[in-house]
Amino acid sequence: MNNKRTELKVTALENGTVIDHIPAASLFHAIRILKLDKVSNQVYFGTNLSSKKYGVKGIIKVRDRFFKNEEINKIALVAPTATLIEIKDFEVVRKVKIKTPKIVENFVKCFNPKCITNHQTVPTKFKVITDKGELKLRCHYCEKTTTKDTMEFK
Amino acid sequence: MKYKSYNMKNRSLISINDYSKGEQMHILDLAEKFEKQPRQKILDGHVIATLFFEPSTRTRLSFESAISQLGGKIIGFTDAASSSVSKGETLMDTVKTVANYSDLIVMRHPLDGSSRWASEVAGVPIINAGDGANQHPTQCLLDMYSIRKTQGSLDDIHIAFVGDLKYGRTVHSLTIALSQFHTTFHLVSPPELKLPSAVKKYIKDAGLSYYQYDDLNDVMDKVDILYMTRIQKERFADPMEYEKVKNSYILKNEMLEHSKENMRVLHPLPRVNEIEEEVDANPKAYYFQQAKNGVFVREALLASTLGLI
Repeated sequence: MNNKRTELKVTALENGTVIDHIPAASLFHAIRILKLDKVSNQVYFGTNLSSKKYGVKGIIKVRDRFFKNEEINKIALVAPTATLIEIKDFEVVRKVKIKTPKIVENFVKCFNPKCITNHQTVPTKFKVITDKGELKLRCHYCEKTTTKDTMEFK
Repeated sequence: MKYKSYNMKNRSLISINDYSKGEQMHILDLAEKFEKQPRQKILDGHVIATLFFEPSTRTRLSFESAISQLGGKIIGFTDAASSSVSKGETLMDTVKTVANYSDLIVMRHPLDGSSRWASEVAGVPIINAGDGANQHPTQCLLDMYSIRKTQGSLDDIHIAFVGDLKYGRTVHSLTIALSQFHTTFHLVSPPELKLPSAVKKYIKDAGLSYYQYDDLNDVMDKVDILYMTRIQKERFADPMEYEKVKNSYILKNEMLEHSKENMRVLHPLPRVNEIEEEVDANPKAYYFQQAKNGVFVREALLASTLGLI
């Protein structure tokens, strides 16, 4: 019954990418990071869908679009549990867990108001560090650490 | 040639971590040589730019003294108002332009991370003379030099940092640098100005110990170095907060009575009232000599960055 309803909500893809297991609260962040609010492809998304593993989850489906690893890995910052599924002719051809990048460039803002990147046209750059299981971003310029709570996207 | 393996030529110094422990020691060794012979014309024919986008006395003058004593020429400005920055020029444009006129740029800027950015666009090496509340590596090296000189080694030192440990960038850099050695840290501050946990992490990660106090008297007989800092008014958003803590940590002569024989008092200067003037004559007061050491350390940095030594 449940599966049937989900299918009704989210159309199956012939060709394209499904990003599954996105924490529901991060869905719109993920859409912005991948710039899916600015593409001409058909994009479907669902949020607060029930998930056995995570309680609720978000899902994104993008028709006729395949992502480069470095592109998709950007969403690891907000959705470390996400899975990438590539579909060709209605068949799953690739299914991988996304990987956390080592360096994050020019799509997150530094939380430090005195950082040079917030005053002049300097592209942001961060080293991704893990502290007690939590992802943090250490600014290449001001050396301050942006956490998930203070993270804002450009 | 003992030092042949260290090559700092054309490398910017933005953060103390840009140099390995061996390279930091190499600079201190070179500084020792410059202390014995501070006037040598090795910078003859070189132009050094000193770009001070915010005021500084000690750092700027000691750099300019170092350049002059080594026979180099100085160009630059002492505050942003007298440069084209006041016309709205970006840091990138200022630095790129000045790089055309000089072999090396020494810069201080009020924004965090500005020196790193400058080093990526300049095309000549940058020595960071302070970027906002972030880094001040030449101060860190002169502090290390002063500790090594007065204690004979940088290992097995008990150091107390006193005052503003939250915003004091010299304390942060020096903590990180001393975490490479066998150091015990004694942290004396009001609760609202404690050392940030990100800096304490360096101590913990190195397997070293730190102890926190709110009374300066509690550390007097324990430490080899008493590193005093100014509680800076401009770091407080709320002036009332500053008024509450400004007189909390004032060093007086009588407090030094039970300190160790080898103990020395350091301070990055300027002081306001945190060390009473009567302490200046105490043989344990070392802060003016510390400021003098800055010239030798900066001579070592200029010479090695330009590949002249």
